[in-house]
Amino acid sequence: MNTLVENTDIVVVGAGHAGCEAALACARLGLDTIVFTVSVDSIALMPCNPNIGGSSKGHLVREIDALGGEMGKNIDRTFIQSKMLNKSKGPAVHSLRAQADKAEYSRRMRKILENTDHLQIVQAEVTEIIVEDGVLKGVKTYSGAVYNCRACILCTGTYLKARCIYGDVSTYTGPNGLQAANYLTDSLKANGVEMYRFKTGTPARIDKRSVDFSKMEEQFGDERIVPFSFSTDPEEVQIEQESCWLTYTNKKTHEIIRANLDRSPLYSGMIEGTGPRYCPSIEDKVVKFADKDRHQVFIEPEGLHTNEMYVGGMSSSLPEDVQHEMYHSVPGLENAKIVRNAYAIEYDCINPRQLSATLEFKSIRGLFSGGQFNGSSGYEEAAAQGLVAGINAALEVKGREQIILDRSQSYIGVLIDDLVTKENREPYRMMTSRSEYRLLLRQDNADLRLTPVGHEAGLVSDEVYRALLEKKKMIEDEINRVENLHVGANKTVQSFLEAHGSTPLKTSVTMGDLVRRPELDYEMLKEIDEDRPELPWQAGEQVNINIKYEGYIKRQLKQVEQFRKLEEKKIPPDIDYDDIQSLRIEARQKLKLYGPVSIGQASRISGVSPADISVLLVYLEQRRYRGGQ
Amino acid sequence: MQGDTIAAVSTAMSSSGIGIIRISGSESFAIADRIYSSKGGRKRLSDQKSHTIHYGFIKDGDEVIDEVLVMLMRGPRSYTAEDTVEINCHGGVYAMRRVLDTAVKNGARPAEPGEFTKRAFLNGRLDLSQAEAVMDIIQAKNEYALKSSLSQLKGSVREAVRSIREKIIYHIAYIESALDDPEHISLEGYPGELDSVVDELQGKLGRLIDSAEDGRVMAEGIRTVIVGKPNAGKSSLMNLLVGEERAIVTDIAGTTRDILEENISLSGISLNIIDTAGIRDTKDVVEQIGVSRAKEYAKDADLIIYVVDASTGLDDNDEQIIEMLRGRQAIVLLNKADLEAVTTEEMLSDKVEGPVISISVKENTGIGELENQLKSMFYKGDISFNDEVYITNIRHKAALVSAKESLSQVRDSIAVGMPEDFYSIDLMSAYEELGTIIGESVGEDLVNEIFSKFCMGK
Repeated sequence: MNTLVENTDIVVVGAGHAGCEAALACARLGLDTIVFTVSVDSIALMPCNPNIGGSSKGHLVREIDALGGEMGKNIDRTFIQSKMLNKSKGPAVHSLRAQADKAEYSRRMRKILENTDHLQIVQAEVTEIIVEDGVLKGVKTYSGAVYNCRACILCTGTYLKARCIYGDVSTYTGPNGLQAANYLTDSLKANGVEMYRFKTGTPARIDKRSVDFSKMEEQFGDERIVPFSFSTDPEEVQIEQESCWLTYTNKKTHEIIRANLDRSPLYSGMIEGTGPRYCPSIEDKVVKFADKDRHQVFIEPEGLHTNEMYVGGMSSSLPEDVQHEMYHSVPGLENAKIVRNAYAIEYDCINPRQLSATLEFKSIRGLFSGGQFNGSSGYEEAAAQGLVAGINAALEVKGREQIILDRSQSYIGVLIDDLVTKENREPYRMMTSRSEYRLLLRQDNADLRLTPVGHEAGLVSDEVYRALLEKKKMIEDEINRVENLHVGANKTVQSFLEAHGSTPLKTSVTMGDLVRRPELDYEMLKEIDEDRPELPWQAGEQVNINIKYEGYIKRQLKQVEQFRKLEEKKIPPDIDYDDIQSLRIEARQKLKLYGPVSIGQASRISGVSPADISVLLVYLEQRRYRGGQ
Repeated sequence: MQGDTIAAVSTAMSSSGIGIIRISGSESFAIADRIYSSKGGRKRLSDQKSHTIHYGFIKDGDEVIDEVLVMLMRGPRSYTAEDTVEINCHGGVYAMRRVLDTAVKNGARPAEPGEFTKRAFLNGRLDLSQAEAVMDIIQAKNEYALKSSLSQLKGSVREAVRSIREKIIYHIAYIESALDDPEHISLEGYPGELDSVVDELQGKLGRLIDSAEDGRVMAEGIRTVIVGKPNAGKSSLMNLLVGEERAIVTDIAGTTRDILEENISLSGISLNIIDTAGIRDTKDVVEQIGVSRAKEYAKDADLIIYVVDASTGLDDNDEQIIEMLRGRQAIVLLNKADLEAVTTEEMLSDKVEGPVISISVKENTGIGELENQLKSMFYKGDISFNDEVYITNIRHKAALVSAKESLSQVRDSIAVGMPEDFYSIDLMSAYEELGTIIGESVGEDLVNEIFSKFCMGK
């Protein structure tokens, strides 16, 4: 039989947010990469909300950028509104969110992919993975074409056996009516991969001309816009912004929903997938929070060159007629014309426990995966995993050591560790509360944390890396100077303090002590700090935060030290848990199932007690002696 | 937590009056210096040679707790291969507890079960062949400690800790929801509200710490649970044993919906006795809770007293209870012996393993027989209590104190106007500490609380 056979270094399946980062990382690291998509026109598609970032997701984008990924740069050039969330709160929870021009976002990313060396886009559906003796050898497409490769990254998003549902209508398609991928699941199962079925949903899109904005509150972007990417010049992003609009559901909306619950596929049992709790459909909100008589609805533009608007807060899988009635009950939407119905989507994904923290399958060498395929949700979570999977696939092909980002280092580390060590039964979303060291993992210092890792991997240029080292030194020197600078109780100082509502000095203190006063900060104190060197504002910000929150930061650093000790205690891969009689049965089963690489990781598996960890430590020590003898 | 300094009683807490408190870790000499005073008051233990013994006193502040001999061993020449101090106490169980308590107050952490042995092994002090034994010891001691900690903790204390934790996690979840969805949930005016909540919780913790000081947190004695169907006479029995009108007694079946708990002494044997709601199939929600708690307490008990109403027949509910007694130390009391018997001793003896005694709570007959039965079970060793309870108490107290400190930190942060996200860091520490008392870890608690209590997301 004559079929096409091609050879390449790396195959990426899917060109959504995970696939794009994965493919770019591999190609930029010099490996020949083919990225498959069911539709070239849907590269980097945003099938749900029209924004990038948000609480903790903004952190992810910054981290992707620091590692050498594309998402931050792409949104900086295609956003239409931007906002720093939680500005009134501590620096750890400041988070950037931008409204995207969806079409532009997609178009620019496609252009980047098309013009990256070593990268080839192919429109085809991958239907099989080819595995020999536990090693990935290639993939096969629907037409029978074979692509031999040395590593493959699966980023299939919500397309595997996808099914879209509203009311009693269901279609076997991916988002936006795109073709689903119906064969790959079977090939994965045949290779021993355990699959889950998850569900998510999206609200309707409405025609801007039919919306009465006078009944809504206008939501503006920030006056001074901060870019996502550390490489973007802030001056370049000070653009004319679009507005979003806020309105509310009401009792009537809720009555309509309640009266039609029996027609909801969610409640009739037609939908079997597990949905996310943080992104409930409007019918879920009305049922679960019955005491609330209204819910927020955000009307957000989908782009500059379309009249479509996204109805944030009202995702639904109710029948079409109910949807119309329901949306029309919301102030300002009385006459809204619906362009696209809301719908729920079900899809196949994997139980991510099968992955190691490098995002490679434990049982199939050379097979990596990222994004919603791994049971996560969100563009940013997807991109973050795609990037890590891409870097590691490339490093493996090059025969270099792969990277593992840990929990004390990044949100990406928290995301991946949670996915691979915790029981995950719903689409996983990032939240700042998931990070135990969040004071250290701020969006403002993502470059200091991760650019060295990106440089080591080869994605960040020497030039950028050198600039980072300079910035780091500048910050350290300045902290040193400020902490050792004595401020006397002279007239200038006292009147400055008085003017800022701060208690006058009785004895001399250091400038650092003044920075730590809640009512003052580093920037303000410039006035009484004559010898202060000229610093870029980003460096000044670091100086301020590090001094101001020193107590808490030190505490977390100490916890991190403790954490690292346990992470560094590696568990050899050939360990036989059945050989450790003192382990409780539950712990033994869980340890066998998850195969943790370190004592630290083992300690985070539910069902493994501190006593089990002590037993493991003793066992490993005993083994070490034996090995040494 | 490896590397910190730990302390524990290293001999059995017997009434012999002599025991050793062992402190191990890099801070052990410093901690000993803080609580030790020589006769002249000048000697510093840190300056003394290794493997020497020193006479003196252990003091809590100015108060002398005990006259002691202190043995110093510098690492690696000690059991754990770490700097180790051993304090030989003479003042009996109470003094030993106080000494350990004072060491903890001054910076030592109460050792986990088996921790000295674990350290000794990890520091290369023990023979390789001992590893298996070490692992067994760690696992067994932990399981035992966890079980005894939970079962010896007074029901009321367990409930108090649980309710404080519930409040704390609610507030963390509230803060976190607001951080996650700031356009939806506002923290406007919230710090003031949180301050008063934390104030109240601190008060509650303070009272728990006070009770821990007098050892009132732990149920000392043989944990005895009274079970039976509604109106079998459980509360009346409790009242009779306690000697006062304590439980509500009416003729309406199902009156005791909560759990009543008392310490009593019968023939010199100390019992911690719990009266439970009657066990029967019920649709009343409040009563259902009582019934499920009764079952829970019975599971942890050292001894179960099953009260049967002789004037009524056995039914499905009795079958349920009898099933519960299987393999347990139990005494069956056939109450209402003064009335005409429908259920007899013989009928019960066929079904239940333990002794069956006829009594009449109303007429006060048969109680002597119950006492004799108790005595014989106790002296035969069928039922017993353990000294682990004292050590557990110190661990609990340390956790309560540190939770309270974390809450103080929250209030300080509120007072100086720190951003709200800092509050949840200290609230979480308090939540974790309190969890160690009732044997619950954090896990996915927060995420679950956020999603169940607050409507999130777009």
